[in-house]
Amino acid sequence: MLAIFKREFKGYFLNVYGPIYIAVMLIFAGVFTLVFNYYGRSSGFEYTLGYVSIALLVLIPVLAMRTIAEERKNQTIQLLYALPLRMFSIVMGKYLALLAVTAIPVGALCLYPLILSLHGTVSFLKAYAALLVFFLLGAALGALCMFLSSLTDSLVVSAVLGVAACLLIYFANLLSAIFPDQPLYSLIAVLVLVLIAAGLLFLLTKNVLFSAILGVVALIPTLVVYFVKPAAYESLFPKLLSGMALFNLLNNMAYGSLPLSTILTYLSFVVFFLFLTVQSMEKKRWN
Amino acid sequence: MIEVKNLTKKYGNHVAVSDLNFKIGGHKIYGLLGPNGAGKSTTMNMMTGCLSATEGTVKINGFDIYKDPVRAKRMIGYLPEIPPLYTDMTPDEYLVFVARAKGVPYDQLFRQVAEVIDLTGLGTMKKRLIRSLSKGYRQRVGLAMAMLGNPDIIILDEPTVGLDPRQLIEVRDLIRDLGKSRTVIISSHILSEIQEVCEHVLILSEGRLVANDTLESLQSLSLGRKVICLSVKGEEAAIREVLEAEDAVTEYSYDESKAPAAGVIHFKATVRPDTDPRDRIVLALASRSCPVVSISMEESSLENVFLDLTSRRDEPPAEPILPDEEVTE
Repeated sequence: MLAIFKREFKGYFLNVYGPIYIAVMLIFAGVFTLVFNYYGRSSGFEYTLGYVSIALLVLIPVLAMRTIAEERKNQTIQLLYALPLRMFSIVMGKYLALLAVTAIPVGALCLYPLILSLHGTVSFLKAYAALLVFFLLGAALGALCMFLSSLTDSLVVSAVLGVAACLLIYFANLLSAIFPDQPLYSLIAVLVLVLIAAGLLFLLTKNVLFSAILGVVALIPTLVVYFVKPAAYESLFPKLLSGMALFNLLNNMAYGSLPLSTILTYLSFVVFFLFLTVQSMEKKRWN
Repeated sequence: MIEVKNLTKKYGNHVAVSDLNFKIGGHKIYGLLGPNGAGKSTTMNMMTGCLSATEGTVKINGFDIYKDPVRAKRMIGYLPEIPPLYTDMTPDEYLVFVARAKGVPYDQLFRQVAEVIDLTGLGTMKKRLIRSLSKGYRQRVGLAMAMLGNPDIIILDEPTVGLDPRQLIEVRDLIRDLGKSRTVIISSHILSEIQEVCEHVLILSEGRLVANDTLESLQSLSLGRKVICLSVKGEEAAIREVLEAEDAVTEYSYDESKAPAAGVIHFKATVRPDTDPRDRIVLALASRSCPVVSISMEESSLENVFLDLTSRRDEPPAEPILPDEEVTE
């Protein structure tokens, strides 16, 4: 795992992705700090981070797009499959390298509250708690984008899928507020999700029959529950969407302390997508 | 030792590799021979754990490649058809990375990398970016990668493709050296390539193992055999009757490599050693009003054996040619 981590971490700096990520992130953070903290005469660094997080919508997908898609494109994936390493170690090595790159600008941002404290009173607890959440947000989006990278051998497709998924998460809270509460709408949304999941399964296995059977198996209980107990679907999809609203967790930081549930939400997101990435890599071995 | 049992790979309805069974080991060079699309790379990918098998098992020194992949893969060095190289690294950096990933102990790591660089003649190129290296040097980096970790078994998929004649000789010499201390398996669709370096040959055709024997045994199959190439103007049934009736002809087949034109049909007939039935065949065909356009006889070569074994498209699977002993060592 350490060998993969080292190779991967170095790889970010052998091309432009690593330096660009760090530079753009620091420029964003610098500009927003100047505007909100200095010109806006506010000492709340946590608000600033809420705006800086918008940069993650594009930067994380671009940083993570190469993790597995590039290996597949250049056929170096065969080396990874032939090495005497567990798939989990390979995925973890790659993920930790991605995390290490995202940690570099966060490390620099740790100095900002100290600099701001020279000009006014800064709540260090809030500021550093917000930085931790900001880092965890990057970690969660990184895991998601790495999984999407494992689905394709095209860097562009990987990045586009990543940006689309991040945008969905960014607007999840808004979508949840405008989504109708009636059970029928939630049922339709769940059915669409099942179809998307079956599509992803097909991308992984290239097996139409297998994907179709699992899709139908998932559809049957979905429909049965709707007809037996429609109340279960009331507000179901809006609740699901608000569960995905990772960016809002960071914005909420400005109004309170750091709840354990926030950390757990991010960590469960990371674990879920790392698990899917390992499965995706294993399944590709079948094709 | 590699033990392959009932190995099968299916892609939907297409069977890429069908029910392979063999055991190989010892300090020998094995050739996996077959025409393009015969399933050589698929077999190698399954043997190295890069591809899952639909059915069957592969055991490397007793360790199942699918159930105990880490231990099994430690004993294999694999160079796929396209060397999996990180072109943004130098050979030196790349080999250090692979050695670390293969778990080479730190105290041996740099010595081992230096050794493989020396063996593959990469010394002058080790500090250049891989992307700037020629195909030949890239192939050498791939070979060096496969040798790292001192594996008992080295599997090389078409290792000499794209090399110039000098590089070809150097890589062949290197493979011969490797074969002195470990099991080496190379794949190729070029017979002369296999003849040059291998002692034992496994021939694949349409995913089936059609021969598994020493090079000498396979060559002996062709000794003394002669093949008559016949071009005749006339009815196919009449020509078949004549060939059927001729005692010296052991087998014959329609020559698919030549397209019939202007009523001329081409046949190939294998005849018994020390016989020459050409005159009788010509007379018999003439009596049936089938003029012979051309007739020639040539010595059957290993190439004919290879073609025979790999071109039985419409016939049921032939009994594979297997060695007497179960394990080849």
